[in-house]
Amino acid sequence: MSQSLRQVGALMRKEFVLEWRQRYALNGMLLYIVGAVFVCYLSFNARKGQLTPIVWNTLFWIILLFTAINAVAKSFVQERAGRLLYYYTVASPVQIIVSKILYNTVLMLVLSLLGFVTYAFVMGNPVQDLGLYIVSLLLGSVGFAASLTLIAGIAAKAENSATLMAVLSFPVVLPLLLLLLRVSKNALDGLDRSLSVDEIVTIAAIDAIVLVLSGLLFPFLWRS
Amino acid sequence: MKKHWWKALAVLIIFFVIVAGLIGPTPRLPILNESIRNVYFHVPLWFGMIILLLTAAIFSGRYLRTGNPDHDHVAVEFTNTALLFGVLGCLTGSVWANFTWGEPWPNDPKLNSVAVGMLLYLAYVILRGSFDDEQRRARISAVYNIFAFAVFVPLIFIVPRLTDSLHPGNGGNPAFGQYNMSSQMRPIFYIGVIGFTLLGVWITELRVRMRRIQAALEE
Repeated sequence: MSQSLRQVGALMRKEFVLEWRQRYALNGMLLYIVGAVFVCYLSFNARKGQLTPIVWNTLFWIILLFTAINAVAKSFVQERAGRLLYYYTVASPVQIIVSKILYNTVLMLVLSLLGFVTYAFVMGNPVQDLGLYIVSLLLGSVGFAASLTLIAGIAAKAENSATLMAVLSFPVVLPLLLLLLRVSKNALDGLDRSLSVDEIVTIAAIDAIVLVLSGLLFPFLWRS
Repeated sequence: MKKHWWKALAVLIIFFVIVAGLIGPTPRLPILNESIRNVYFHVPLWFGMIILLLTAAIFSGRYLRTGNPDHDHVAVEFTNTALLFGVLGCLTGSVWANFTWGEPWPNDPKLNSVAVGMLLYLAYVILRGSFDDEQRRARISAVYNIFAFAVFVPLIFIVPRLTDSLHPGNGGNPAFGQYNMSSQMRPIFYIGVIGFTLLGVWITELRVRMRRIQAALEE
């Protein structure tokens, strides 16, 4: 057990080192979300606090969704087939998918927090319950990373993987996105936290289902 | 004959449901009036669709475990039939909604969830189309099919229940037990579910046989 955990750790370290060595990809993602936020800001041409909370919230999550799809899509495309084959000989597929999901979760966390800070900076920050909003960002990062990593693995096997990634991932993340929108809207309005418990539990359950399924299904995926 | 009794049963049940559904007694309810008879057709189609999708997911799992291409044929055709049932369920629902709710596609969480669910499975069809190698296609689409079913279930059963919906049994109500169905309607409805599911299995069986023949011809 401890050895397999150490292997997962090593694989994760490899992901981080790889990302750090080709920093243009990471910088690209950071610039992508900042740019998207800025485009929205200019398009709405709104002074601070002029958007209604619903529009504010929905816009932010849509930016986050597109960023997530772009960020996670490259987790399998980036690596050459030969190198993937090498990983598969030294580690079990479950370890590989777990390390990729963990890495993507961290990446999504960084991206969503940075996105949130920039977004709140230019568009004004109407959030009344910041703690709960951060929790929804956290749950969203885990859920997006878990569901999109497997989809990225599927799409990477096909020829037109960019289109397929979008087509496959929109319906898959939608239930998650709808629940997240609701929780973050509650946080935005500063409603009592007990009102959001149901949604948070449901999101956590969906996250768990998706995580377990990714672990179960990925071994079949890489064999082809 | 022994193997085909269930096809006869399907035909009998569907005839029974059509006749009993159209002339049987129903409670007089405001707004619904006679349109409540659609319960015998619209709802069993959705129940049938979910059962067919579950079967498809099970066969996908069996394909992954055994690698037998026949399981893949079965899983695809169950998904296709389920999509057909989904389209029919949408159409019967639209007709019904037009008379009771005033428009064919009201902005209702259950309708939207189902639309997303259909997108989910249409994406499955597209995914299958983008592979040339048969084994690869079978394995990867089986993985996606199981994943899609796991997303489909919360989409249909959890998300609509969290908000108010025009459909009965939603908006916090745990189940559809408080449906305004009288006790005479209930047995016909449940028999209808069995009948439509059997019909779906029959359609699937024919298509699977077609696929098997095609596969044999190609070899």
